[in-house]
Amino acid sequence: MTSVLATPAPDAAVVRRPGPVRFLWLLVVVGLLVALMALSVAVGSRGVGWSDILAALGGSTDNIGQAAVTKRIPRTVLAVVVGAALGLSGAVMQGVTRNPLADPGVLGINMGASLAVVAGIAWFGLFSATSIVWTAIVGAGVAAVFVYAVGSLGRGGATPLKLALAGAATSAALTSFITAVALPRGDIVENVVSWEIGGVGGATFDGIGTVAPFLLLGLVVSLLSARSLNSLALGDELAAGLGERVALARGVAALGSVLLCGAATAVAGPIGFVGLVVPHLCRLLVGVDHRWLLPFSAIAGACLLTGADVLGRIVARPTELDVGILTAIIGAPFFIAIVRRQKVREL
Amino acid sequence: MTATHSLAAEDLTLAYGERTVIEGLDLLVPPGRITAVVGANACGKSTLLRSMSRLLAPRSGRVLLDGKAVHRLPAKELARTLGLLPQSPIAPEGITVADLVGRGRHPHQRVFSRWSKEDDAAVAAALDATETTPLADRAVDELSGGQRQRVWIAMALAQQTDLLLLDEPTTFLDVAHQIEVLDLLTDLNRTRGTTIVMVLHDLNLAARYADHLVALSGGQIHAAGTPEDVLTEECVRAVFGLDSQVIVDPTSGKPLMLPMGRHHTAPRADVLQSTSGS
Amino acid sequence: MTAVVTPAPSTVDTVARGRVRRAARRRLVITLLALAVLVAFAVTLMVGRTFYPPGDVLRVVLGSDVPGASFTVGTLRLPRAVLAVVAGLSFGLAGVTFQTMLRNPLASPDVIGITSGASAAAAFAIVILGWSGTAVSVTAIVAALGVALLIYMLAFKDGVAGTRLILIGIGVAAMGKSITSYVLSKAGAWDFAEALRWLTGSLNGSTWEATVPALVALLVFGPVLLGQTRNLSALQLGDDTASALGVRVERTRVIAIVAAVALLAFATAACGPIAFVSFLAGPIAARLVGPNGSLLVPAALVGALLVLVADLCGQYAFGTRYPVGVITGVLGAPYLIYLIVRSNRTGGSL
Repeated sequence: MTSVLATPAPDAAVVRRPGPVRFLWLLVVVGLLVALMALSVAVGSRGVGWSDILAALGGSTDNIGQAAVTKRIPRTVLAVVVGAALGLSGAVMQGVTRNPLADPGVLGINMGASLAVVAGIAWFGLFSATSIVWTAIVGAGVAAVFVYAVGSLGRGGATPLKLALAGAATSAALTSFITAVALPRGDIVENVVSWEIGGVGGATFDGIGTVAPFLLLGLVVSLLSARSLNSLALGDELAAGLGERVALARGVAALGSVLLCGAATAVAGPIGFVGLVVPHLCRLLVGVDHRWLLPFSAIAGACLLTGADVLGRIVARPTELDVGILTAIIGAPFFIAIVRRQKVREL
Repeated sequence: MTATHSLAAEDLTLAYGERTVIEGLDLLVPPGRITAVVGANACGKSTLLRSMSRLLAPRSGRVLLDGKAVHRLPAKELARTLGLLPQSPIAPEGITVADLVGRGRHPHQRVFSRWSKEDDAAVAAALDATETTPLADRAVDELSGGQRQRVWIAMALAQQTDLLLLDEPTTFLDVAHQIEVLDLLTDLNRTRGTTIVMVLHDLNLAARYADHLVALSGGQIHAAGTPEDVLTEECVRAVFGLDSQVIVDPTSGKPLMLPMGRHHTAPRADVLQSTSGS
Repeated sequence: MTAVVTPAPSTVDTVARGRVRRAARRRLVITLLALAVLVAFAVTLMVGRTFYPPGDVLRVVLGSDVPGASFTVGTLRLPRAVLAVVAGLSFGLAGVTFQTMLRNPLASPDVIGITSGASAAAAFAIVILGWSGTAVSVTAIVAALGVALLIYMLAFKDGVAGTRLILIGIGVAAMGKSITSYVLSKAGAWDFAEALRWLTGSLNGSTWEATVPALVALLVFGPVLLGQTRNLSALQLGDDTASALGVRVERTRVIAIVAAVALLAFATAACGPIAFVSFLAGPIAARLVGPNGSLLVPAALVGALLVLVADLCGQYAFGTRYPVGVITGVLGAPYLIYLIVRSNRTGGSL
């Protein structure tokens, strides 16, 4: 009668990565980010010599080359900031929903931010930079709540399929609305594409400064919820059993995530798939502990977006490719790969 | 109507990709009788049934209907002789019972032909036979499990085949509905002479309702014949790896298998003794 | 329970009456839809900056020369109206074919990325390669078939599961859209109207040159699909049941996919991926007809009606002239959400 009840000890080693390996990966990722930032300043659709680059970094704008490089500096900063925000936001969202397909783009949340901004500009004469950020964050929040509510109706809660479908449908609806709102307005119609496809091309330090407080707040809230995300990962019942206040923990983490992706969208437009790809890669590197996963996702997100932006400037010479297009082309196959890996039952 | 069609498998080997499920199997289905196929989970019962109705092409060997390989026969011609009810058929949302049963007329219709009097008569006969006539205008979604299974059988009947294969027709049904379905199939066999081959989970129901019992094990036929010949303690041990006691069913006179697990198998006096001791 | 070989006459009567009743409803709905399409078509020809009475329009359509009307109606409005009908019929037919075959209303070609693949290819052929006419259609059809095959292969893992196919389709659709955007950005100067055609679909600037290939495709592949009506109905019962009923499942599926994709691709090459028409037509037709037989014809008519009416609304209902795809998108996406909410609530299979 003994053999039946014996359960094998859980294999903890599979889940836990030893500390030194993580530190090593941290160094690698930070190094990669620095290299990509340097590349982002040096490379563009216009080739500029090293002397001009160095002069531009010193603040000189004497010739076209130096001026171009001067413009690349805020752009690089923006790519880093937005990439970090989206990577982190995606990681938190996947934790909150316990859903491998969660991502601000897939779930249509950054389209919500976009539509709110477009409607605000077209109908309410929104003008100040700060009010645009607020509007974007509110739009993102509303879209997030809506998609989650639709996706979690019925049996089985928010399954990947239901959530992704709700997200895809919502993005499609929002895209149509954006076009419909913007089309009659000759003055903003030119920009409508930038509200449907994100990019970091028009970066200024002023713009970055406006969203910085929101991003900072989102960053702090998200990182602080790492521990409760670890509990939530075990399922609501078990998390409650561990003394977690499930609804509160989930609400706070979601707030952080929405702040991040709303602010990022306000400054760069909707950029999809960064928040999807990055946490998955990071989980391979550092495991499933959110205290490591979250900061890692931020850094890796910055790497991905900076790298994609550089690539977009190279492949489409003499013009450049919005980074939102590239992340979708890179990210969609990744999305498909994740879907293929899931068992059907879990979809 | 007397069934004269013969169905047989000859040196049949079936595989899904690399995985061989049935190997070198020979089977003769007695015409005009009820045959039940039993065996452990994943022993290839359903696979065998699928292949006999040409859903799965054999790796080697043949399935013969009246001496002709079923996988060579034109699809519609075969479907007029041999019907199959899969384990989980799908009812389109909102479809009515009469409409669903009417779908069974497919092999008798041409691409643009109109609905005929014969089609109506066949559907009506199928509804009457399964006692689903009062349900004719109801939506299939609204029916109970037992009613739904009868409707599906009605669809297979509307196909008017002399041979009917059913893959676990009693799963998901409570015991009363299981008996109802098996009684219905017996009626069909007795009044129309329809040859029936079914995969059944429940050994005792299989022994009670089948004229011919086939026990599959490891991709081979372990035993085939009358229930009395096949359902023995040795056979149950060989096919299911289970100790059992086979007695004569006082209700039907057929064999009845009583499983012997590790618990609750001691004579009553011992049970009383051990509970008082602990 | 006793089995009966000859049915009771009353049962035969019940069966026959039920069938006639269902057929009557179906016929009535089809007739009304066809009439509505005709009316919308006529209105499209009559209304515009100048109004022409039905008599003038009829004379132009029949070929006689009416001063003023001949140009406006014959050259400007007629190709647009014809393309609207052709595209609507094509999208509706193709959409409902996919939905029936994959037994899921969400598996329409615009949700699972086939339309966006065709659109990306058409945009590529026109913008980058500078092609036009049939070459564009052929590029679109090759790409759409390729995408359909790709989705099917990617979704194939121990058999194709509907849910996986839909999710993969969503991913492929996202890629198709970004490739379209990429192509359009390579065009340098963004012609916004032209860009919208390939992103959401538009009938603006319709010409006979663009309309005729789509019309020919409809005349060729439409009957092919209609010929599969019974087989598709049988497929609704599941592959095994259909096969047991004598349907050659794989053959039916290949014919249906090729014909439906061809219809889609030719229509998309002419007017872009008019958003959600192929998704909407089937479920709307199902609501109208009820579960009374095949949805192919009603869905095709609903598609045509949707495009005609949405185009009329887009042109005249608002201060700005919206391309038809924006209107169908604004209508269709909420319906998609409603459908998800409803099936989530009832716990139905998605």
